[in-house]
Amino acid sequence: MPLLLLLAGLAVMAVLPLAVPWLQFTLTIALAKGLAALGVAVLLRAGLISIGHAMFFAIGAYATAFLMRDLAVTDFATLIVASTLISALSGLLFGAFLVRYRAIFFAMLNLAVSMVLFSLLAKLYGVTGGTDGIRVATPSVFGMALARPVFADVLYYGGLLLAGLVGFAVHRYLKSPLGAALSAIHTNEVRLEYLGVSAWSVLLVAYTLSATLAGLGGAIAAMAIGHVVPEFAFWTESGHIVLVAVLGGIGGVVGPFAGSIFLEVVQTLAVGFAADAWNLIIGLALIGVIFFLPRGLYGLMETRRRTSP
Amino acid sequence: MLQSLVPLLVDGLANAALIFFVAVGLTLVFSVLRILNVAHGSFYSIGAYAAASIGLWIVSSGFSPYLTFPALLLSAALVAALFGPLVERTLVRWTYGKSEAVQILVTFGLFLILEDLQRMVFGVQSLYEDTPMALLGITEIGGIVYLNYQLLLIGLAAVVIIGLRLLIRHTRHGKFLAAVVADREVSQTLGIDTNRVFIMAFALGVFLAALGGALATPTSGVAPGLGAETVVLAFAVAAIGGLGQIEGAAIAAVIVGLARVLAIYYAPALDAVAPYLVMLVVLLIRPYGLFGSVTTRRI
Repeated sequence: MPLLLLLAGLAVMAVLPLAVPWLQFTLTIALAKGLAALGVAVLLRAGLISIGHAMFFAIGAYATAFLMRDLAVTDFATLIVASTLISALSGLLFGAFLVRYRAIFFAMLNLAVSMVLFSLLAKLYGVTGGTDGIRVATPSVFGMALARPVFADVLYYGGLLLAGLVGFAVHRYLKSPLGAALSAIHTNEVRLEYLGVSAWSVLLVAYTLSATLAGLGGAIAAMAIGHVVPEFAFWTESGHIVLVAVLGGIGGVVGPFAGSIFLEVVQTLAVGFAADAWNLIIGLALIGVIFFLPRGLYGLMETRRRTSP
Repeated sequence: MLQSLVPLLVDGLANAALIFFVAVGLTLVFSVLRILNVAHGSFYSIGAYAAASIGLWIVSSGFSPYLTFPALLLSAALVAALFGPLVERTLVRWTYGKSEAVQILVTFGLFLILEDLQRMVFGVQSLYEDTPMALLGITEIGGIVYLNYQLLLIGLAAVVIIGLRLLIRHTRHGKFLAAVVADREVSQTLGIDTNRVFIMAFALGVFLAALGGALATPTSGVAPGLGAETVVLAFAVAAIGGLGQIEGAAIAAVIVGLARVLAIYYAPALDAVAPYLVMLVVLLIRPYGLFGSVTTRRI
């Protein structure tokens, strides 16, 4: 059933920009942030909240920028794969230390690492361009140099395809014993350890996966925006990613994407009359969802399905 | 070299004092309510905006400029009276006993709301009001010039540490506070009104944050985004000292202040990184902070 929902969502997303062309950029960004939110949702299943996950989004984005600027890599596919791999490696590296901690200590340590990264990105002007960031040129696709609007199409549909594949893979992962162990860690970690399962390895896999997803999102965002800035790694961005995941719901793969698309589209529509009050609105929405809809927007659909036999 | 380090040291300690006010408020709220308040930095910036607005009003209305000193205290008290009980009773109360994820998210929601409210009330311009600093003037020792206001900040931080200690050890309400920190349920069975203690502790935390903000306006002014920057620094200091440790927060603030001074002196590019690097190293070695006593469950 969730897979059907995923396919239906993908179909709607594929047609939507044809009907409303100006939404395409918004939807590309929504996909990128949805990927990051999916990563955070995986960790939330184990009860771990990271207020530093924007660092992997930033690592993916800056990896793309560095590869283009310093190594003259311009191929779209190579950039995506390489940036995602770099984020995955950083996730593995940081995760090996960080998944030893729980609760508030996990949140704080992620925050510390991400703020170190943010400050370095902002201060090392010679390498990272400081607060000005780095420009990302339009990549080529299979050796062809494309005009910006054509590349935007490629990026959107490529991103959509990737999100579909990744969504399916994460769905299978969450259904597998390795994924089920995440909820087990949330409910009773000691019992899991008595069963001979190492919580550390379960969480390291989850952490690396979540970093990979965020990095992929970052790479897509870097190409869509054409510019990367240190603010990608600031803690409020991390907060927003968690907000998107919780708003959409962490019960299934579709939730974080739904939350991200909903937020980005509403923000674009509301920019005319509610730009000054946008944070106020999403702050209230977040608190409302936590108190009244603990399963998120996705949970709405889920409960409706359950009540109808 | 030492000659040039001393002014930097005073600068570092004055910075440490400001961040100490915020961090000790955060740590106090955490120890009593068991809540990590992400919106804590917003009270700092609201305090700063209030102090700057009141100060500008006093000066422009032609009152004695010396009134700006009590205005600093008054604005912090106003912010605490306005937001302390209100926020604790309406929002924070609902998160008691919930998971850390919920607490962090709810206070993050509050942070977002307060960010926009500040923009609506105070606008997006930065405010600058330095009458208190100008009035106090400078002191020259051994050919080096010090701002008296910075010395005042360091003195006030010392007063706050001693005051908090006296409050907790030697007053009736302070002992209630300590009892609730030690064991919430037992203090409830002994007849302590924990709800009142929570309101009091939260309001005190807000007051300390707002006081930090108010005292910071004469030296650095206030601009949008200040709350977001401050709260992570306060997290860093509170975490280094050990969440819930008042003296720990003071020592951590000094460590962070000195680390920044050394960074400015030896590696200017690293001054913003220094607090978080210290936080990272300390937390990796002692996750519960330098003076924390709560052990994490590690398997």
